[in-house]
Amino acid sequence: MTAMPDSDTDGTEGRPWEVVVERGKIAEFAEAMLSDNPDFHGPGAIVPPTFLTTAARWAPPGVRVNVGFDRKRLLHGEQEYTFHGEVPTAGAVLTARERLVERFSKPGKRGGTMQFATVVTEYRDPQGALVAEARATFIETAAK
Amino acid sequence: MSAALQVETQAPAREFGPLTRQMFVRYAGASGDLNPMHYDDELARSAGYPSVFGQGMFSAALLAGFASDWLGAGNVRRFGVRFREQVWPGDVLTCSGTIVDVTEEPGADRVTVELAATRQTGGVAVTGSAEFLIPRNTTASGAVSPATP
Repeated sequence: MTAMPDSDTDGTEGRPWEVVVERGKIAEFAEAMLSDNPDFHGPGAIVPPTFLTTAARWAPPGVRVNVGFDRKRLLHGEQEYTFHGEVPTAGAVLTARERLVERFSKPGKRGGTMQFATVVTEYRDPQGALVAEARATFIETAAK
Repeated sequence: MSAALQVETQAPAREFGPLTRQMFVRYAGASGDLNPMHYDDELARSAGYPSVFGQGMFSAALLAGFASDWLGAGNVRRFGVRFREQVWPGDVLTCSGTIVDVTEEPGADRVTVELAATRQTGGVAVTGSAEFLIPRNTTASGAVSPATP
């Protein structure tokens, strides 16, 4: 990920990248989640609820939002997926784009400051309709 | 059938595991999250951990599969998790779910559930919340129960 100054705040936007929802990738992901649900297989396979996490794999360098946290103190606090209608199926071509929507801090349990950042990724279809959103909350624990 | 979509209805709990390093590796490859903390024991120990541990998103995926089998993979409209406790090789996760709200919409019921993946120690690895939009004709027919995968 590219470096980003800590002074960057709300409103930071990444750039769009293409996400092709592939049948084989869905099947691979379903196997990794120990699922034998037939809905995740075949030509009409639908994506499992957390499948869109795979979209980051093919994001070109520099398009994603970097919250600027120290990786050694970085925790993934929460993750949420919202589907605005039918769940995407194999063959769908989506456009993903991240944006930083919230940043705040709290006192650490053992002193110092914990930083929080929430990044939303929008997934849109070729007509521009919002298909799904992923909401990730990252935490930087207090410096020791 | 409608009885299955009432508040306080619980899904039959389901166990996953004992979890293995191979499962963490397979999830790493499938998800694209190649953080070595989940498959390189030497690195994990040098960072102060007793061994590698599972990706939080792996536990989330297990919980997501459990909920999908319960209420229908195509019906999910929201699925969220909070990561609480690490998961280690040899752990057995028990997934559980309870319906906490049912709201009628045109032709469908919006069912909100609370979910958890609990370790054999009793520690909760991941808690979750999800919404499923379940077509009413599916449940009214009685032919196919979304509660029966």
